[in-house]
Amino acid sequence: MIQFLIHEKADTVGVATVEIKVGEIAEGLFMDSQEKIQLKANHNIPLGHKIALKEHSVNNGVIKYGHDIGRVVESFKKGDHVHIHNLKTRRW
Amino acid sequence: MANSKIMAYRRENGRVGIRNHVVILPLDDLSNSACEKVAHNIKGCKAIPHAYGRLQFGKDLELFFRTIIGTGANPNVAAVVVIGIEPQWTNIIVEGIAKTGKPVAGFGIERNGEIKTVEMASWKAKEFMHWASELKREECDLSEVWVSVKCGESDTTSGLASNPTVGNALEKLVGMGGTCSFGETSEITGAELVCKERAATVEIGDQFMTTFNKYQEMIDLNKTDDLSGSQPTKGNIAGGLTTIEEKAYGNLQKIGKSINYVGVLDKAEAPTSKGLWYMDTSSAAAEAVTLWAAAGFVAHLFPTGQGNIIGNPIEPVIKLSANPRTVMDMSEHIDYDCSAILRGEMTLDQSGDNLINMLIRTCNGRLTAQEVLGHEEFVLTKLYESA
Repeated sequence: MIQFLIHEKADTVGVATVEIKVGEIAEGLFMDSQEKIQLKANHNIPLGHKIALKEHSVNNGVIKYGHDIGRVVESFKKGDHVHIHNLKTRRW
Repeated sequence: MANSKIMAYRRENGRVGIRNHVVILPLDDLSNSACEKVAHNIKGCKAIPHAYGRLQFGKDLELFFRTIIGTGANPNVAAVVVIGIEPQWTNIIVEGIAKTGKPVAGFGIERNGEIKTVEMASWKAKEFMHWASELKREECDLSEVWVSVKCGESDTTSGLASNPTVGNALEKLVGMGGTCSFGETSEITGAELVCKERAATVEIGDQFMTTFNKYQEMIDLNKTDDLSGSQPTKGNIAGGLTTIEEKAYGNLQKIGKSINYVGVLDKAEAPTSKGLWYMDTSSAAAEAVTLWAAAGFVAHLFPTGQGNIIGNPIEPVIKLSANPRTVMDMSEHIDYDCSAILRGEMTLDQSGDNLINMLIRTCNGRLTAQEVLGHEEFVLTKLYESA
């Protein structure tokens, strides 16, 4: 069963389409290539929230829809929950 | 995708309409009552009451006339009866609509009173209804149907599935030579530079930025608190959206990936050629769709996440949602359920085809959920207070 979707090959995060539980091996689908991937969730990822596909350091950009959606303010690992605690807008 | 044939109404000016309304159109708030009485007397015609039309001036008055004339001129409208308090402005509306070649007649209430006006207008509405009811649908190309797009009550399912479905459909419609439009200036905030890049030429991109910056100035002038704290909203954040950029890119999915817009339109302004057009609109659903209907668009694609129930009296609004909860507990409002994308059971390409199929059925006469439920939100955009 698909548990998260990734818009594009270039994206560095996916979006949970169901609740993903910590420790679970979650299955994801790239919407452009229809290629599947698996990764272990390090946190609970609520429906609609983002899961990291790779490690990010502070000041890295997070890529979603093939675009930079903000700046990393606290480093995180592959499988981590990505949200307001580690990602901020570049706007203000 | 091939340009399908549809059965629709070809109007006197060559434009294609998918509905055949006889509209009773008030010039002003004072004439709503007479219009509604005519629509009660004469079955099948439709009054479109609204709140304005008195003591407006300058650009606000220009937009008012453009919107009311454009509504009557829309190809989904077969004929129009206009009623106003006085004859001069009523005549401006009548003459504006008459340029399309469709039947239109105006009535002024001053010196007649409402009862006599309703009687005269009812006779004319009856004549128009008989005439319009014998018009026949004929074979037209799908690409002749002008399509507008705008989302509402968005959530993460919008950015994932319903907005990209609309984007996929738009790429196909523009590809077959169609005329389409997107807008929602405020919702582009955070992705404005990417939106600028999507213009067909540098000049058109600059024009977009001028419109966008004007909107920002208006917000700065009128805001009472810092919008930075409210975008994304608390509801957006709870749903998983983190930054305003992310929200804006989700919104921009509605224009697909491969098409560029060929021009920037003012509110309720009609496009002058085929292709995708950006229109400066509010992001409030009813206001925006009213502006597109007045610009001559005849079908609207409306992706929703949490379930916006908006409709329009003359431009059918086709709603789609990928939110599994919305398509269950608000099913009466949704025309197309694309939640299978979230389960990995349907590609965006298939979903775009399904949406176009629903558009074709709507063009051929299938009533949308909004039409059957009687959602006819006609909301004029006002630029500033009346004199």
